[in-house]
Amino acid sequence: MATPIFEVKNLDVRFSTPDGEVRAVNNANFRIEEGECLGVVGESGSGKSQLFLSTLGLLAGNGRVTGSVLYRGREILGLPEKELNKLRGSKITMIFQDPLTSLTPHMRVGAQLIETLQVHRSVPAGEAERRVLETLELVRIPEAKARMGQYPHELSGGMRQRVMIAMAVLCGPDLLIADEPTTALDVTVQAQILEIMRDLKAELKTAIAIVSHDMGVIAGLADHVQVMRRGDIVETGSVDRIFYAPKHDYTKMLLDAMPRIDQPDRPGHARLMPLPLQSRTLLDVRDLKVYFPVRTGGLFAKRKALRAVDGVSFQLNEGETLGVVGESGCGKSTLARAVLKLLPKTDGAVVWCGRDLGPMQQEDIRKLREELQIVFQDPLASLDPRMTIGQSIAEPLRTLKPQLSRDEVRKEVREMMERVGLEPGWINRYPHEFSGGQNQRVGIARAMIVKPRLVVCDEAVSALDVSIQAQIVDLLVRLQAEFGMSLIFISHDLSVVRQVSHRVMVLYLGRVVELAGRETIYENPRHPYTRALIRAVPVPDPKMERSKPRAKIALELPSPLDTRAQLTFLKSKLIDDPDAEQYRPKLIEVAPGHLVAEHD
Amino acid sequence: MIATGTSAANAELMTNAVAVRGRSLWVDARRRLFRNKAAMVSIVVLALIALTAIFLPLVWPYAYDDIDFTLVNCAPDWWPDPDVMCHSGGWHIFGSDSVGRDLFVRVLYGARVSLAVGLVATFVSLVIGVVYGATAGFIGGAIDDVMMRVVDVLYSLPFIFFVIILMVIFNQSIWLMFIAIGAVEWLTMARIVRGQTLSIKEKEFIEAARAGGVSQRGIIGRHIVPNVVGPVIIYVTLTIPSVILSESFLSFLGLGIREPLTSWGVLISEGSNQLESAPWMLIFPALFMAVTLFCFNFIGDGLRDALDPKDR
Amino acid sequence: MLSYAVRRLLGAIPTLFVVITLTFFMMRAAPGGPFDTQRALPPEIAANINKVYNLDKPLIVQYGLYLERLAHFDLGPSFKNRDFTVTELIAQGLPVSARLGILAISFAIVFGVTLGVLAALKQNRAADFGVMTLAMIGITIPTFVTAPLLTLVFGVYGLSVFGHEIELPVAGWGGGAPINLLLPVTVLALPQIAIIARLVRGSMVEVLHSNYIRTARAKGLPNRVVVWRHALPAAILPLVSYLGPAIAGLLTGSLIVETIFSLPGIGRYFVNGALNRDYTLVMGVVIVYATLVIVMNLISDLLYAVLDPRVRLDK
Repeated sequence: MATPIFEVKNLDVRFSTPDGEVRAVNNANFRIEEGECLGVVGESGSGKSQLFLSTLGLLAGNGRVTGSVLYRGREILGLPEKELNKLRGSKITMIFQDPLTSLTPHMRVGAQLIETLQVHRSVPAGEAERRVLETLELVRIPEAKARMGQYPHELSGGMRQRVMIAMAVLCGPDLLIADEPTTALDVTVQAQILEIMRDLKAELKTAIAIVSHDMGVIAGLADHVQVMRRGDIVETGSVDRIFYAPKHDYTKMLLDAMPRIDQPDRPGHARLMPLPLQSRTLLDVRDLKVYFPVRTGGLFAKRKALRAVDGVSFQLNEGETLGVVGESGCGKSTLARAVLKLLPKTDGAVVWCGRDLGPMQQEDIRKLREELQIVFQDPLASLDPRMTIGQSIAEPLRTLKPQLSRDEVRKEVREMMERVGLEPGWINRYPHEFSGGQNQRVGIARAMIVKPRLVVCDEAVSALDVSIQAQIVDLLVRLQAEFGMSLIFISHDLSVVRQVSHRVMVLYLGRVVELAGRETIYENPRHPYTRALIRAVPVPDPKMERSKPRAKIALELPSPLDTRAQLTFLKSKLIDDPDAEQYRPKLIEVAPGHLVAEHD
Repeated sequence: MIATGTSAANAELMTNAVAVRGRSLWVDARRRLFRNKAAMVSIVVLALIALTAIFLPLVWPYAYDDIDFTLVNCAPDWWPDPDVMCHSGGWHIFGSDSVGRDLFVRVLYGARVSLAVGLVATFVSLVIGVVYGATAGFIGGAIDDVMMRVVDVLYSLPFIFFVIILMVIFNQSIWLMFIAIGAVEWLTMARIVRGQTLSIKEKEFIEAARAGGVSQRGIIGRHIVPNVVGPVIIYVTLTIPSVILSESFLSFLGLGIREPLTSWGVLISEGSNQLESAPWMLIFPALFMAVTLFCFNFIGDGLRDALDPKDR
Repeated sequence: MLSYAVRRLLGAIPTLFVVITLTFFMMRAAPGGPFDTQRALPPEIAANINKVYNLDKPLIVQYGLYLERLAHFDLGPSFKNRDFTVTELIAQGLPVSARLGILAISFAIVFGVTLGVLAALKQNRAADFGVMTLAMIGITIPTFVTAPLLTLVFGVYGLSVFGHEIELPVAGWGGGAPINLLLPVTVLALPQIAIIARLVRGSMVEVLHSNYIRTARAKGLPNRVVVWRHALPAAILPLVSYLGPAIAGLLTGSLIVETIFSLPGIGRYFVNGALNRDYTLVMGVVIVYATLVIVMNLISDLLYAVLDPRVRLDK
């Protein structure tokens, strides 16, 4: 048997903190063969990142590594810095999660690439530039030469990650370690990056170690999979075996918790209640527009409008969940806040139970807060760190129902805590003492305590681990069945949205491109953006991932200030001027309840 | 869980009893502060200096203005240099100054004055700075722009000059010194408070409170103020030494505290004039002032680490 | 960027205006005048003097007259040193102070950055604690204590180093001879070295923990390159922002230093002028200083924008 490229034996990683010793990785043993892709999957705290950082000597100051790490049979753990530097960046390379903070901000992209090459191979400047350009083209960066003269913050997220990949393959490495490479990227961008990595693996025969919490990503890329939990490797095996015949309970739990876009109603999860046949319309949003004034540079600063929400209309019935899906910059969060009147709208109407919220006074809107509530994305940031969770949950109740006595409030808080799965005895604890999932339950309790009729969930599960996400999603569905409220569920993750919603609305740059029922949107998507979105979502099913057709449209999310961006899918009506007032694609009802924007 | 009658009451009692007291951020911070040895020692030393300065002169055999022309520029009895002209004897443990006054009790009096100036002037700057900064930060928008422009303009003035001019105008009244120095320090305080208010205002839990129907006043009182207090306290402990330095600077230039009152700045000024003949006149007040300033700095640093540990 | 600079300079004019006005009226508010002597002057002579210097006119008119003169860059005659105009006095004193200041800030930057970087690279080890303690001392001990102490050590008692006696002059400008400059510049620079060292250390520590430094190491770059090319340029940025306040600090310090070491700089003119109610001299010095601070702030902002490509001045 050939020597494996990379072999790890009895690896232990420990951190000494003021609160005691933390064991990040316990006794890890695995190997990566030449040209093979190992997928390492786990949730937060699993130690998957620390594992690889420690092998390359990149741990933070208070970390200690023991064990053995072999590269082509040679021990590299504990190598002196000089020797290690010969391997890092040339034979074993690593790319990280957030490309914006992972690239040096004050150096041009080209310089950062060239210096890698020059440190490892003494190559004259002209030759170095040529090789860099070649590699940039390999990762499909358009206008490579121009990009080289730019700074990292001038590139988009997808571009930056491609630059990082280019930097990592520049010297022809034997092993590329990718630590959550696509987690910070939009779904369509993620799909492109994964495709590039697949191509590189095939062309350059580089071994890859990909670390991710997303099993869909792993399914599409890995040959072998390793599941980690709290520092231990709990299961390893070929990708097919792990996904189709998992043995360990944790692996099974992970697979079960992961939402699948093709299977929104799986057994073991809360079922979405079917809609009552006659339900009245609670919310009617008509042509809502929210524009933000933005100054563009120059001595005479021009004022342009950032069209965050650019004419969105929809209706919401009692007991219904509307899912809102889109990537960054599509305006979904702005839409949520404008509907709840947390933001001043620019134009259009928001009608709640027949009352137009637009001309209402602040006082009347405050009274309506009882009926309109919101759950935020970041559980810790949405709770005041100086208030106990009991106080946070009680606050809307105390404000909107001041007639209740303290005891009555306490009783309601405790009841609500139980309903969302929190111990009532924790009522005096503080947010920083809890995990993300528990804090999110607090957020939900706070929103639900006034028994609202509409709850907006703004990426409410996006910041949570997969297993916790599944629990919170189940909780929301159950609460809806119990209380009968309407939900607007906002997310970038179409799989989760499908699971939770009756109808799904797809947004692109502030406009609706498609609106349909949860089955229709998956089985019969009409708009090219919806299709690209669906195709881009990774499914935790290796066979499905392998047989996916390649993406036809290379989508780059354009600047929302450029008015031409709106007509990406209707190029026939495009006027080629970034400031001109463009044609507005109309929404056409192609079937009852199925609206699609005009497209080519 | 269905409970009826008395068992419901019992269950209620039990769950009430079970409610654990959480670990608030203040408690966490206090624990971290107690672990910081430098800060703890500083607090003790500072307390000692303050208490000594307040109480010891009451029982000390000499008053701070007891002139004795027989003991001019006399070193304390234990002074190591054998070449001094005279020794002061008695209880003059720090020696005597150029008109024979006891240096030790004068240093203690200086402590009273310097610490008082430090606290009062800082308080003045605190009040002005907090009100100004919080208003600017909270209202935001155009008003904030204008208010901060004013601060920027004032910041670029060489302020110490204005203090000097003020002192000259009003003939060095000690009350004016409090106000003048405070009026210089409030700028940075206002900037910090405004910065903090702005960053808190952006946080999601403020939005959550608004979604919960809380009024503007409720948001300020219940959410913003408790979260701004921390950095303000840190900055206060770091402003006090700066104020004490400013006061001593003015006194050194002859524009500060006037006779017969004394402060460390005055003593240092007198001492540096006598440096060759009577170095103890400089060393002791300078030492006391340096130690006090150190203590405040350590406490300020300790508070900063305690309230925001990732700032290491 | 040019448009930004122009806008800032235009905006500085009202600031200067405020400075001038404030100083003018504050000085006049002080009791006593520039020509009060021990014995009262005979009334005719007093009236004459007042007329010549326009002191008999109402305050607003005096203000107007001053502004008019100012527009012609005429700072007026010095009331106390009647043989000189204020402009001449400032022309004599400014080079002295400027030299002191420039030397001091240069030393401060060189030593401060070196110490700060050293402390950051050896974070939480002996060198770090050593540097930070020295910095703490430098900040808390005022210049009017270090000046006499250093004078005592080097000037009066003399220091014997490797068999050579070092004795430095304790006063006098000596025409700007380096040996005369050594003590005052050191005293002036010490607190700034301390502040800069702390600033740079803190900033460097933060930068060294950032993600892009981790990437640089993962690329196998030698430590030298990581520190110099990737970390240092980012760590220096807060120092650039500090330059404005640094100048203000030096101005304050120069008052003390020039007094103690008897140097004929404009700091001393200011203090004496304030005490003697020499209105025009005080105004002149204040205007010069205010302009300096404003210009330094502008330079520091522009420099920051040059060094950090992420900053766009037209926010």
